Amino acid sequence: MENNNNLPEPDTRPDVKDPSRRDFLKKSALITAVALTPAHAVKAAEKHMDERIAEAFEKMPLSLEINGAPHNLMVEPRSTLLDILREQLDLTGTKKGCDLGQCGACTVHVDGHRVISCLTLGIMVNGKKVTTIEGLAKGDQLHPMQEAFLKHDGFQCGYCTPGQIMSAVACIREGHANSEHEIREYMSGNICRCGAYPNIVNAIQEVKEGGLPV
Amino acid sequence: MKQFQYTKATSPQGVLEAISKPGTKIIAGGTNLVDHMKHGLIAPDKLVDINHLPLKGITPTKSGLHIGTLALNSVVSENALVLQKQPLLSMALKAGASPQLRNMATVGGNIMQRTRCTYFYDTIMPCNKREPGTGCGAMEGYNRMHAIFGASGQCIAVHPSDMCVALAALDAQVIITGKKGEKRMPFTDFHRLPDDHPELDNHLAKDEMILGVEIPDNNFAKNSYYLKVRDRQSYAFALVSVAVGLDLSGGTIRSARLAMGGVAHKPWRLFEAEKFLAGKTATEDNFKQAAQLAMQGAKAYEYNAFKLKLAPAAITEALKHASGIV
Repeated sequence: MENNNNLPEPDTRPDVKDPSRRDFLKKSALITAVALTPAHAVKAAEKHMDERIAEAFEKMPLSLEINGAPHNLMVEPRSTLLDILREQLDLTGTKKGCDLGQCGACTVHVDGHRVISCLTLGIMVNGKKVTTIEGLAKGDQLHPMQEAFLKHDGFQCGYCTPGQIMSAVACIREGHANSEHEIREYMSGNICRCGAYPNIVNAIQEVKEGGLPV
Repeated sequence: MKQFQYTKATSPQGVLEAISKPGTKIIAGGTNLVDHMKHGLIAPDKLVDINHLPLKGITPTKSGLHIGTLALNSVVSENALVLQKQPLLSMALKAGASPQLRNMATVGGNIMQRTRCTYFYDTIMPCNKREPGTGCGAMEGYNRMHAIFGASGQCIAVHPSDMCVALAALDAQVIITGKKGEKRMPFTDFHRLPDDHPELDNHLAKDEMILGVEIPDNNFAKNSYYLKVRDRQSYAFALVSVAVGLDLSGGTIRSARLAMGGVAHKPWRLFEAEKFLAGKTATEDNFKQAAQLAMQGAKAYEYNAFKLKLAPAAITEALKHASGIV
């Protein structure tokens, strides 16, 4: 037994690019434009009509429940859940930090589980239930974790806080808040540049020990 | 990110048909693929979402444990059967990524994840893995995270997975389907060394997909340990990691399994150390000798020479933990 390559090499032939659907749509949109009078064609090109027609064809329906309310949207497959929340629905509580899955600022719950919304394609959560920071409070009554973050100063600049709180709630629900060590380990996906970690841990411990439903 | 078409697969057969077309990629958790698409490392024309296929199960077989390719890293790490039969796998999974990412990442996706070499990610730098023939930025660059085993003149990147290190140690098999039907591949043969083709991470052909993994039953459950050394206590890739499974009887090692992460282009099995340990008593002295054997052939670059000391120390430490002598 050895670590060397023992198997024949897999198929390495380079991809032969198929003309993409976008290219096709753009070209057919242009053909349509060319079929019109020349003046129209020039105008269409000026207004990037080809791009817009292609876009309209590429959007897909997305139905999901966000913080208890049903939403029916049209989204591009490349739109992340984070961008849909912030740009299409004005739910700007969920923050864009690194946008690369490294900081946790965009943490939301999908069907009750915490995920990174910047690496989640919106189209892939079709039919699911999403909870964001805006969905935790009941009217004017803050969620116990929000109260605890206020009480313990669990933030300084506040930018990572929505992600920290969504993660903290999940941390307790998952049963991973039984010691300071465990909380730190299971909150490690949420980075706080201000370094409010000790206070965040205190807030989570208080909610956990208080036994209030999260 | 370039626009792409999105479809949902309804059967493995449908996936095979879809991926036989150029420019089409499978998406499961997306934690690596979407990241790559944002960085401009890859720009597929079409994504096939396989999340709706019934490939999530974790089930005992006649002589092992089968884990479906879509089982989430978080679910596998806390599964009762995994904890009872293969705790090493659970330890390795919990050492990787963050809880949020483990809630998205799948077993198959974890196996297919690509290197985190910063020169691979930086599209203005040369990289033979990203663009064959352009050169290697890491070779003469800041290569602190890079390989000490099995590198080539083309590429010194390491495989970033923790889960794969455990699966390599545990003699797992990868179950693969393709046009010619189903086949099994030893986990240790699945990933490649870079050789002259660093653009290839593994031996999965373009028109094949992973269905799952199977881990044969063993006697390592009581004496397993995964040690991960990294720049911060959690949520960082390994500088060096060690997976150990020992079959201990009294103080005697009946058989040993060891693999390392963060040191090579693939999970690095320590075959020589395993051979040495079989039949020996579990003592720190024997562990140190095994660690020295494991380091034969190691080669450092300008900034990763520390791994030549860190790796044997980590092997010794992991063996001590696994055998319970610390």
